[in-house]
Amino acid sequence: MANLLLLFVLLINFYTLGSARLVACIRAVALQGALLALLPLAIHGPTGHALLLGVGALLFKGIFIPLLLLRTIREVRIRRDVEPFIGFVPTLILGLLVTAGAFIFADFLPLAHEHHEGLFVPTALATMFCGFLMLITRRKAITQVLGYLMLENGIFVFAVLLSAAMPLMVEAGILLDLLVGVFVMGIVLNQISREFSSLNTERLTALKE
Amino acid sequence: MIGRIALQLAVLLIFAPLPLGVINKTKALFAGRIGPPVLQPYYDLARLWRKGFVISRTTTWVFLAGPVVGLVVPLLAALLLPFGGLPAPISFSGDLILFVYLFGLSRFFTAVAALDTGSSFEGMGAAREVTFSCLAEPTLLFALLVLARGAKSLNLGALFGPQLAGQWQGDASASLGLILVCLFVVLLVENSRIPFDDPNTHLELTMVHEVMVLDHSGPALGMVLYGATMKLMVMSALLVGIALPLRTGSLLLDLLVFLAGILSLAVLIGVVESTMARLQLPRVPQVLVGTTLLSIFALVLVLR
Repeated sequence: MANLLLLFVLLINFYTLGSARLVACIRAVALQGALLALLPLAIHGPTGHALLLGVGALLFKGIFIPLLLLRTIREVRIRRDVEPFIGFVPTLILGLLVTAGAFIFADFLPLAHEHHEGLFVPTALATMFCGFLMLITRRKAITQVLGYLMLENGIFVFAVLLSAAMPLMVEAGILLDLLVGVFVMGIVLNQISREFSSLNTERLTALKE
Repeated sequence: MIGRIALQLAVLLIFAPLPLGVINKTKALFAGRIGPPVLQPYYDLARLWRKGFVISRTTTWVFLAGPVVGLVVPLLAALLLPFGGLPAPISFSGDLILFVYLFGLSRFFTAVAALDTGSSFEGMGAAREVTFSCLAEPTLLFALLVLARGAKSLNLGALFGPQLAGQWQGDASASLGLILVCLFVVLLVENSRIPFDDPNTHLELTMVHEVMVLDHSGPALGMVLYGATMKLMVMSALLVGIALPLRTGSLLLDLLVFLAGILSLAVLIGVVESTMARLQLPRVPQVLVGTTLLSIFALVLVLR
C-alpha cells in the first residue's frame, strides 16, 4: 500500500515536469499532496497523531493551496502554459537522472536498518530534487510556487518516516511556512502583473536601475 | 515440434483479424453507430484477395517485397512468443533481441517500399513512421529487460514463465505495472492507432502509416492489412502474457483466457481511440521519450 502510494508520487513528479499546461501541473501537485495525506495512515495505522498529520496535509496541500493557486491564475489572467528555460524532454531526462541519483544516494545513507529497504528515502529525496528542478527550470513565478510545494511534499515523506520521533509542531511549522510563502507569492504575483502585465520572472531583472 | 509450430501459427492466422473488428465495433458503439460487423476484417481480406494488382510503372520488386515481409515477420515473431498455455515453439537465449528487430526489419521494408513509389507523401509518411518507431524501440527493449531481470533469463519464452505471478504479488509489481503502461503505448504507436496516428484518416498530410501503403492494391493491400492485424495480435500477446500470467493447466482453458485477454485489450484500445484526440505531431516524440524514461525507471526499481 505505502509502496504503491510512493510510486504514484514519483510518477506525478515526472508528469509535472513533463506537462505543458499550468492548470494540469497544479492539479497534479494537489493530487500528490492528497496522496501523501494517506501515507501516515498507511504506515502507522489510524492513530491520533497520524490522523492529524493526514488531515492537515489533505486540507493544506490537497485542497487549500491548490485552490488558492487556481484562483490566482483566474484573477491575474496569465497565459495557461508553462514556459520552461530548458525544454520538456531535457527536464524529464534531468528528472530521471536526479531520481536515479536519489535511489543510489539513499543506499549510501547511514539509515536505521528498517529504512534501508523500501521506497521511502529515495522517494523523499527524488521529490525534493524534482521540486528544485521545477524551481530552477521554469520561467513563471507560479510554477516556482509549485516547485516549492513539491519540495515540501518531499520533506513530508521524510517526516512521515520519522513521524514517531518528529513532533507535530515541526510539521505544523512547515505547513505554516508554506502557507505564508504561498500567500506572499500570491500578493507578489498580483503586484507583478499589475506593474508589468506579465508574470515572467526574467523581467524582474529590469527592476535594477 | 512441427505440430506446435503449426498450432501456434493456426491460432495466429485464424484469430488475428478479430481484434481489429472488435476495435472498430467499440469505436462505433462509442460514436452511437451500429458499425460494421465484428467479422468485417475477414470479409475485407477475402474481397482484397479476389482483386487484381495495379502496380505503378515506376516501381521495382522492392515495392512488392514490402507487403510480403510485412506478412512474414509477424509469423516469425509469433513463433518466439508463448500464446496462453502454448509454450513458444522456438526459443533460444537472446531471442528477445531478435523479436524486437524482426519488427524493425518489417518496418524497413515497408518504408523502402513506400520510398520506391517516388511519391513525396509516401516519403514523408516513411520518415514519420521511422522516427516514431525508433523512439518507441528503447521502451520495448527496456521493458523486456525488466522482465528478463525477473526471469533471470534472456529467453523470450521464459520471461512469461510461472515466476510472473509471484512477481505481481511481490515487490516487483510496481515495475511490472509501469512496463505494462509503457508497452501499451508502444502497442498504440507500432500499430498506428490514435493518439499517435489515425488509421481512418483520409488526408495524406496527416497520415503516418496509412500513407505508406496508399499505392498498394488488391492482394498486396490484403497482405499489408493481414500483416498489420497479425502484428497487433503479436504485440497484444506480449501484453496479455504479462498481465494475465495465470495457468489453469488445461491447454484449451488457457488458450481461451488468452483470447479473452486479447479481445479485452482490443476493447481497451477502442475506448482509448474514442476518448482521446490525436496528439500534436511534435508532442509524440515527447510522449515516447517519457515512456522510455518510465521504462528505465522501472528497470532501476527492479535492479535495486
